[in-house]
Parts: sequence; C-alpha cells; structure tokens
Amino acid sequence: MRRPLTLKDHHHEQRIFSFRLLVGALLVVALSLVLVGRMVWLQVSQHSRYTTLSDENRVQTQAVPPPRGLITDRNGEILAANRPDFAVELIIEQVPDLEATLTRIGQLVTLEPDDLERFRKRLTSPRRPWDPIPLRGRLGEEEIARLTVNQHRLPGVRVAANPVRHYPHGKLFSHVLGYVNRLSAEDLDAMTLTEQADYAGTHYYGRTGVERYYEHRLHGQVGYRQVETNARGRILRVLEEQPPVPGENLRLTLDMKVQQAAYDALGDRRGAVVAIDPRDGSVLAFVSRPGFEPNLFVNGISHQDYARYREDHDNPLFNRALQGRYPPGSTVKPFIGLAGLDAGVTDWERTIFDPGYYQLEGNPHRYRDWKRWGHGWVDMNKAVVQSCDTYFYDLGFKLGIARMHHFLSDFSLGQPTGIDLYNESAGLLPSKDWKRAARGTPWFHGDTINASIGQGFMLATPLQLATATAILAHHGKQVTPTLAADELRPPPRPDIELNNDDDWLRMEHTMEEVVHGSRGTARVMAEDAPYKMGAKTGTSQVFSVGQEETYNEEELAERLLDHALIISFAPVEHPAIAVAVLVENGRHGGSTAGPVARQVMDAWLLDDNGELDVPPPLPRAPASGDSTP
Amino acid sequence: MSVRETLRQMPGQGGPSLGNGLPARLHLDAPLLAALLLLALGGLTVLYSAGGGSMEMVLRQALRLGGGLLVLLVLAQIPPRSYRFWAPMIYALGVVLLVLVVLIGTEAKGAARWLHIPGLGRFQPAEIMKLAVPAMVAWFFSERNLPPRLTDVLVALALIFLPVVLIAVQPDLGTSILIAAAGLVVLFMAGLSWRLIGLAVVALMIAAPLMYFFVLHDYQRSRVDTFLNPEADPRGAGWNIIQSKTAIGSGGVTGKGWLEGTQSRLDFLPESSTDFILAVLGEEFGLVGFLLLMTIYLVIVGRGFFISWQAQETFSRLLAAALTMTFFIYIFVNVGMVSGLLPVVGVPLPLVSYGGTSIVTLMASFGMLMSMHTHRRLMSY
Repeated sequence: MRRPLTLKDHHHEQRIFSFRLLVGALLVVALSLVLVGRMVWLQVSQHSRYTTLSDENRVQTQAVPPPRGLITDRNGEILAANRPDFAVELIIEQVPDLEATLTRIGQLVTLEPDDLERFRKRLTSPRRPWDPIPLRGRLGEEEIARLTVNQHRLPGVRVAANPVRHYPHGKLFSHVLGYVNRLSAEDLDAMTLTEQADYAGTHYYGRTGVERYYEHRLHGQVGYRQVETNARGRILRVLEEQPPVPGENLRLTLDMKVQQAAYDALGDRRGAVVAIDPRDGSVLAFVSRPGFEPNLFVNGISHQDYARYREDHDNPLFNRALQGRYPPGSTVKPFIGLAGLDAGVTDWERTIFDPGYYQLEGNPHRYRDWKRWGHGWVDMNKAVVQSCDTYFYDLGFKLGIARMHHFLSDFSLGQPTGIDLYNESAGLLPSKDWKRAARGTPWFHGDTINASIGQGFMLATPLQLATATAILAHHGKQVTPTLAADELRPPPRPDIELNNDDDWLRMEHTMEEVVHGSRGTARVMAEDAPYKMGAKTGTSQVFSVGQEETYNEEELAERLLDHALIISFAPVEHPAIAVAVLVENGRHGGSTAGPVARQVMDAWLLDDNGELDVPPPLPRAPASGDSTP
Repeated sequence: MSVRETLRQMPGQGGPSLGNGLPARLHLDAPLLAALLLLALGGLTVLYSAGGGSMEMVLRQALRLGGGLLVLLVLAQIPPRSYRFWAPMIYALGVVLLVLVVLIGTEAKGAARWLHIPGLGRFQPAEIMKLAVPAMVAWFFSERNLPPRLTDVLVALALIFLPVVLIAVQPDLGTSILIAAAGLVVLFMAGLSWRLIGLAVVALMIAAPLMYFFVLHDYQRSRVDTFLNPEADPRGAGWNIIQSKTAIGSGGVTGKGWLEGTQSRLDFLPESSTDFILAVLGEEFGLVGFLLLMTIYLVIVGRGFFISWQAQETFSRLLAAALTMTFFIYIFVNVGMVSGLLPVVGVPLPLVSYGGTSIVTLMASFGMLMSMHTHRRLMSY
C-alpha cells in the first residue's frame, strides 16, 4: 500500500512511532525480567553452591604436619632430631613463567644441575596442587637475603624454614636408625584414606631402620589450619586452627657408649656387632660397618652420592647385622654340645680320639679338623675350649639333623628373632625337608657333619647369634631383641628346659675357659679383665678348600679369607650382655673378633674408672599377657 | 483527542514554558537528573569497595562524572534543531576520524582505537559515533516519509554499517555492536516493516556461525568459546566469568555487606572496578542491591522513552528513542555478560563502571535528551 509521497502524514507517523515505542518498552521490560530472572537464579537458587565456591576460593584448609618425634638412646642422648632448614620453594600455580623464574633464581643462589633435575622430577610426578615444591635447601644467610630482597620480582617463590630430620651421629647409627626421606606419591597411594589424611602436609617418611618400624609412633597426628587467602595465595588471616599432635619421642635401648665402642672397635673392617642385654632383650649396640651417611638421604640423595654407595665393593648400604647371612662356624658348637647332652648322645665324660679328621664308616672321605694333626683324646670341655671339629663331627652325626634342627630352632636360629626392625633375614637352619624343597636333593650324612660345625648350608645373622647367645647365657630364658625402650615384647616361644639343668652351668664354664683357660681360642680377650666372660670363637669359610689342597691363606685374595666370628657374654655369674661379632675376612675369631667383643663388653660393664659396675636392666612396664609359667 | 493532547493540557506537565524552577530554566529535566545523580552516587559507593577502598579512584571517578554533568549541562542548552542541523557534518567528521584511526591509530592491548591529536591528547573517535550514528540516521529519516521504503532502509543501513565496520576492524566488537544497535533502533522506531525485521533475524541466525568462523579474531572467538563453556579453562579464559558468577551467587538476597565481598576484596574477581563492577554490587548488596540498581536504570530508561514519546518532531523522537534504547542495551549486555548470560564483550556498566570516555558520552546523550524535552514548544500541528 503506497502513500502519497509529497506530504508527511504526521498522525500516521506518530501512531507508528508510538506503537514501536511501546514495543521497545515491552522489549525493555522483557529483557529486564530476563536479567532479574538470571540474578534470582544465581543469588537465590544457586546461592548455596556459589557460597561454597566462594569459600573454597578464599578459605584454604592447610594441613599442618606434626613435628616428628625425637629418637634418643637409653640415656637421652639424641640420635635423631629435627632442625630448621631454609629452602627456596616454588608454588607452581603462582609462577607466571617457570623457566624465567628458574633462571632468575639461578642468578641469586647457586643451583646445581642436580637441584634442577630433582625439582623437575618432583614437578612432573603427581602432587597436591598449591603444594610448594622445594628447589634447593641448605640456603646460606646471604642467599636468603638475596632471595628476600628480590621477592617482589619472583611471584610464587618463597623461602621457607622447614624442619628437616637430622642425625647428629651420622654413620654411627645409620643401620639401626635408618633414615627418613621425602614422602612420595607412591607412599600415599599405598596408604589407606585415613592414613593419607594423616600424612597431608607431611614431607618425610621413615624409610628404613627404626625410623621405618616406628613410623606410626614417630609421625604424630596432622593438624589443620583454615586460612583466608587472596587470589595470589597469600595468607591474610587464620580462621581456625587445630594444632597437630607431635610424634612421640622414642627412647631406644641402645647405649651410645656401647654403640660407639663397637663401632670404633670394628675400625675400618667390614663387619657387624650386635650386643643384647640377656636380662630383657634390650639391644645395647647394633653396628654394621661400613655405615652410610643418613643425612644425605633426607632430602633426596644426589646421583653421585648414591652411585658412590652402590658401586662401593664394601657395600655400605647393606645391613650386615640384620641381613648378612654367614655360616656361623664353630660358634654353634656350644649349642650343638647342649643338644647332644640333652639328647643323651654324649655326656661330659665321654672322650673320642681325634686323629685330625673324621671318617664315616665305609666312606673314604675325610672331614678334616682345623688342626691338621688332631687334638688327640677330646671330651666335651676340650672340644669346645679348643674348638675341636672332629668331636662335633662325631656328635653331630650321632645326633642327626632332625634333632639338631629342632634344638637350634629354639635359639631363634633359622627364623627371625622378632627384633623391631623390618626385613630381618631368617638365616638358614637346614633340614631334610628344606633340602628336598629347596635343592631337590636328598639329605646326606655329609650335610649333617658340615652342619655340626656350623658350615655347609647353615647360615645365621649376627643378630641371631647374639640372640642365641643371650638365650644360652640366661639358661634358656627366651628373649626378643628390642630397640624401643618402652616395648616389652612377649617371647616368641617357651623357654628352653634341659633334662639336666646343670648342663647350662657347665657349658657356661666351658665357654669361660675359652677366654680364661690357658688353651682357650679366645684367651686374648681375657687380658686384664676385671670380670669373667664366656665366649666361643668361629671362623666361617668363604672359600671351600679342596680335598687334597692345603689352606694357604697368603695366596687367597683378601676377600676370600674366612670370616671371623665370636659370641660372648659377661659377667659369667650374672650375664648382663651378650655380644656377637662378625668381621668379614677377619680370619681368626679369637684374635680379630675377640678384642672387639671385649671392648663392647667393657663399655657396658665398666664405669669410667674401669671398675666393674653392671648397669641394671631398663625398668619397663610389664607386658600385658606376659605369662609363661 | 489523543492521550498526548490530554496530557499536554494538564497543568504542570511538559516543557519549561510550563514551569519556572531552576532545573527548568537550565533546560534540565529534574526526574532524569535526580535518577542520574542517584545512580552516580550509588556507583561511587560500589566503586569504593571494588577499588579496594581507594579514595583516589573514587575522586577521579567523581571528577569524571562531574565533567560528564558539565557536558550534559552544556548540551542541554543547545536546541534540538541544531543537533539536527549538525548531525550530517559530525557524522562525516566521525567517519573521517575512524578512517584515520585505521590508518594511523595508536595501539593499546592489541587494538588500535585511539587517535592522538596534538594538543588535545588522545581519544576514541568511536565514542563520537555512539551519538553521531543514531543522530545521522534520525536526520535521514526526518527528511523522508515514514514508514521508510526499501531504498531508504538500504541507505540507512549503509549509513550505519560504514562506521560499524570501521570500528569492528580496529577491532572493537563491543563498541561496534552498540553503535550498530543504536542505528538499528532508529530504523526500528522509524517503522521498519516487520517482514524485513523477520528477514534480518533469520539472516543473523545464519550469519552468526559464519561470522564466528571467518570474521572474528582469535581473541574474540576465544571469548565466545569461553562463554559457551567457561569451565573448560577455569584458570585461564573462563576465570573471569566463573569468579563473577561466584561473586554474584554468593551474595545471595541481601549480600555480604559493603566492603565485605570476599571475591573482589581478595582479588579473585578481575576487572572488579571496571567491566565487572556489577559482580561487586551483587556480592556485597545481593539481589536487593541489584533490584535497586535496576529500578534506577528503568526509571532513567522510562523517562527516556517518555521524552521520546513527547518529542514533537521525527528527529528528536527517533534520536531520543535510540539513545534511550542504547543505554538499555549497555545495561543488558553488561549485566548479561557479568552474570554469564552473554559472552564477554568489553561493555561497561553505564555510569557505574570506572572509566573515562563512556561516562562523557552517556552524559552527553542525556544532555541531548534533556534538550529535546526542554525545548518543546506548546504547539499544535
């Protein structure tokens, strides 16, 4: 419909316009209602959701890690402590340009390639968001100052003082205390949800030794802190706080003085010393040499350091006392002897003639005595004192492997002693069943004969030998070696009852003669001793000598020399210490291991003036359900 | 007798010739001025909190508002016929300046929007066009018979989209949309046939995806992406919108209280004093605060429509309606984007957001509205 072109129809225009204005106004109203509706939806329907989001934004719950418990020896000497370490840390979520930031930090403090590598590894491994990642620890005062001054140019970078585990005595306790190191994602994965919650915020985790075994007591309980932060993560105020429960301080049965004596006495030789108080199973010294520097592991050991330990032929990371399996050699003779006496196979009066070897009837094989020309007429006493092999070949053969196995088991040979450390080796106490299962071959008489002098298949750890000695020294009373002073642990099996109780005493006196007798194999130990001690030496073959060969120790490489062993206890009347010493390739138990054992016993039994002063056993809370009648 | 005539005969209604108060003598419209002052005052209150308690920011904004009021006062004195007379020339000047911006403009944040004029400092020619484009189209239609014929529509579209394209290439999507809207409102008010409107809507629906893929810059496209799915990148592009929704939503009905908004005060909300200031209001004053703000806005818009309705000739009528509608589009786009209804385009909350040129432009448009209202003559046609 066309209208005239010439004249403006004002009324018509006005009507159209008014209508359009009305449409416009209605549109405004409609769109306003849309906006209001949107706001109502956000502020009323979704209010609680957005309140939560807003609170999550500003309120952060931070886990406050509990301080780890200290570890002391029985006299309160601190063996593991926490000390502040100043470290530069990055909160990745707040760092705008990581590479530039790292470069800038590198200009302010020295960053080793190792630091960066470790940092990048932590960066890529799964972690909690907003968790600071340490870049370098052990900052010096000057470095801290440089970082602090440049803080404003380094968003997301901070210097934090974190408690770091510290072992003031370093190598001395390395194998018994173990060490903590950084808690890893794998550690967390392996935990239950409750444990994970408890470890929120914790940086360290007991990895080996006492630190590992008593992790649950040393760790404590996590605390929480609700803080209000701004968008850059800066804490503005603390809203609520629940302090952590600190980890328990752990007092060990170890005695610093005895440990030090054992460590020093071993010197630079490879070996192990375990000293136990037979009265209660307290472990007085627990040394494996060489040790390692535990402080290196705490914040992640560097590649070079770790490689150095791994490539060291002396294997410093190996816990010889706990896991070293050695043929016990002649140190088993007192136990075999008791077994024979108890079984009635022999008695104290019976003698045999030792021509320097032992032969089974109808068999040409000669089992040689260590003394080529033999000991002549030998009884039990002489066989132990002079360590006659032939006597024990004969006795072992008569006793048989089954009875031998049964009797020695009661001394915790062939099974873990139950010490409060993980990964204890059980050693090996051979039996017919074992050989069939493990080797698939039947048991031979020769196996029994080898076992009767602690060779052949038989293997024991220094810890087992010390435990067995403690049991013997206390006339069959069972003990479980224990490191935590407040743990009284039930014995693993009933006490050993001999048919003739006198045999204990006589065997003890026989062992006393090993030290104090004129022909004893450990008589070197007796020098100027203000107390009486019992002992039994041993050598364990590393290298087996062929039938017609003679043993020429000069020609053997040092590493193939026999290991030197000794088990000992003192004072004979009321034993307060049992010691097992192993010196790898130390050749002679008496001359090499004996003096070590003596120094350990002196450290425990003598006062500062060299007078005998037997310390009383640790007072302990009676164990619940301790009732072996 | 029409309603309008009835109203005109009522005492105390209408133009300055009917009243003798101070506002009337200064060619000011009292209700509109009161609403604007109330809005400015409320805006400053929110700004104080949004700026983290910075009095300096508030003073600078107050100064700017004062300047805007001065512009309003001056423009209110100029009679509408002068606007009508100057509209084509200002429009032409604006287009020339826009071409200059494209050629020699100063870059800021990846877009060349500014023009440096020695002695005058820098300014955005696009701001002039917010007024010049609707004025030009209104002038064009005031010379024609209404409703417009197709050729007139095409000419009007050309007049609108020449500057719009020049601004869009700067690139400044927000401003070009607002200017296009201002021009199109004139077209609509002039009586554009519903059939053409329907056609345009259909064309737009087809064009939008094509625009997205072939015309938009990467940063503009990412804004649209973010709008469609803000949670895709909560720490990056989606951060603004998530945080502003959180701020508004957590405000609830009554809000957290003035200076108590954690989202803005703890820096979670970016642009909290400029484009996203509504989120601060929503957080601290809640739905109540928002409804109050909307009420003031709607009073202003309503008054604008009333002025437009009362205007006596086509130019004023169309321009007043367009300026009023543009003002509302500001509000709608800003509230829509801050509340997550619309993609983020840089449109400030009118007269509340902290910032320069838009305040002056808006005050100028209200000055023109007042001029139209107060220069009416009692006449019949």
